[in-house]
Amino acid sequence: MIRDITLGQYYSTESVIHRLDPRVKLVGTLCYIISLFLIKNPIGYLVAAIFLAMVIWLSRVPVKFMIRGLKAIVLLLLIAGFFNLFFTPGEPLWSWKALTITKEGIVTATTMVLRLMFLIMGSSVMTLTTTPNNLTDGMEKGLGFLKLIKVPVHEIAMMMSIALRFIPILLEETDKIMKAQIARGADFESKNLIKKAKALVPLLVPLFVSAFRRANDLALAMEARCYRGGEGRTKMKPLIYKKRDAAGYLVILLYLVVCIYIGRVIKL
Amino acid sequence: MSIILDHVRYTYESGTTHRSDALKDISLKIDDGEFIGLIGHTGSGKSTLVQHLNGLLMPTSGSIYFDGKDISDSDYDKKELRRHVGLVFQYPEHQLFESDVFSDVVFGPRNMGLDKKAAELTAYKALESVGIPHDLFYVSPFDLSGGQKRRVAIAGVLAMNPDVLVLDEPTAGLDPAGRDEILSLIKKLHDEKKITVILVSHSMEDVANYVGRIIVMNDGMIFLDDTPKNVFAHYTELEDIGLSAPAVTYIMAALKKKGLNVDTGATTIDEALYSILGALRR
Repeated sequence: MIRDITLGQYYSTESVIHRLDPRVKLVGTLCYIISLFLIKNPIGYLVAAIFLAMVIWLSRVPVKFMIRGLKAIVLLLLIAGFFNLFFTPGEPLWSWKALTITKEGIVTATTMVLRLMFLIMGSSVMTLTTTPNNLTDGMEKGLGFLKLIKVPVHEIAMMMSIALRFIPILLEETDKIMKAQIARGADFESKNLIKKAKALVPLLVPLFVSAFRRANDLALAMEARCYRGGEGRTKMKPLIYKKRDAAGYLVILLYLVVCIYIGRVIKL
Repeated sequence: MSIILDHVRYTYESGTTHRSDALKDISLKIDDGEFIGLIGHTGSGKSTLVQHLNGLLMPTSGSIYFDGKDISDSDYDKKELRRHVGLVFQYPEHQLFESDVFSDVVFGPRNMGLDKKAAELTAYKALESVGIPHDLFYVSPFDLSGGQKRRVAIAGVLAMNPDVLVLDEPTAGLDPAGRDEILSLIKKLHDEKKITVILVSHSMEDVANYVGRIIVMNDGMIFLDDTPKNVFAHYTELEDIGLSAPAVTYIMAALKKKGLNVDTGATTIDEALYSILGALRR
């Protein structure tokens, strides 16, 4: 029942995008998001769409999985679309009672919805093609320069990977405790809201206790293996830039330049 | 109150690519008052099987009858079924949540719809039957020792007065003293309350002394289903599927080989002792 939730949504397959250094993918995603706010005309959106389609095609992840990410924000898309469509002041095209559709409204609503969709799909590409561990590794190394201003980059990355690692464990634990309490007659399917909240106590208390116990055990195990933070720590699989990563950066740069060019020069 | 499983099959993640058959065609009849040991190594499907007995998992195909009624009928009252079939999970102490021992045990009977007085009475009896002293009734369950916690958790299920008690690896993680304590407690419950007990374990040694029938599972199927004596006679086949008979079986087989006329069917240390003494006297 509860196992249907997918959080680490990595899609395992072989592709150029999968093999790219996580830092390239992080920078790429960031640039793509920035580009979405730079472009202001249809040609820009066309370029962004083509770029995204190309990356998705290269990643060999079925488009179905990209769409799945969109499902979570359907409501947000609808609300954003609705308010922009009906409540943007400008040249009226159609009106009924309090609702008025303006030319400007259509333009803002479409750009808003497209921007959000591209945003989610663009970042889905990253999470679908990079394992959570690789992602935190990439963040740790990519943000390493922040150490100079005393930001504990390694510690933050370590916390992130531990948190990610614990998600499936805690899900399994939840499933187990839920079953045990159902066996004792607990009712998790009640429609009554107060009853529902009350029913969570026998689930949450043991879950928290077990999370603390696991955290304690992990801390002990880490200390027993002489873990003492990031200073001087080496990695089994250090991130090293390869030729394809340079190519990746080049493509991203090219894309950014094109976007800026379209935004600045071509006026429609 | 017999339980009948008729060609039960259970598939995890059915419909996706990660499917795996946890149970393949299980047919079984469990009678009133039996004491059954369900044995199998990790992943043999024994935990999946016991979750079918109280309707936590429903068979992908096949049917289960409790007291003559099909539990997958849409109008079957699963809550009632769970009152009759008490299931104690592995590491049951991890499900304790109340601020004191007594309220935790009351949780089950209260869910069953008993009023406060009646629930407290059955909780009191359950705690007494598992041997928790009175002065521990109102301490936090988290302050108890491992063995005590487990007994409280078992009392939590016992308080619902089940007719069938299923225990999934009740001795996991306990020291030998704690293990014997829990096992003899279960034996006592079976003898005094005349309830059906199904004891899940991966250790023959654990169950040999107590149960009247052993069901050996392997790879989602029933491998053997017989009395301990007859099951242990297959000790070479048991080894093939990663299990072993109790040490007594091996000693008796070795003695027989050396020419001493002992009973190789002895399953407990006491039986073996008498058999060896008898053989030596002759």
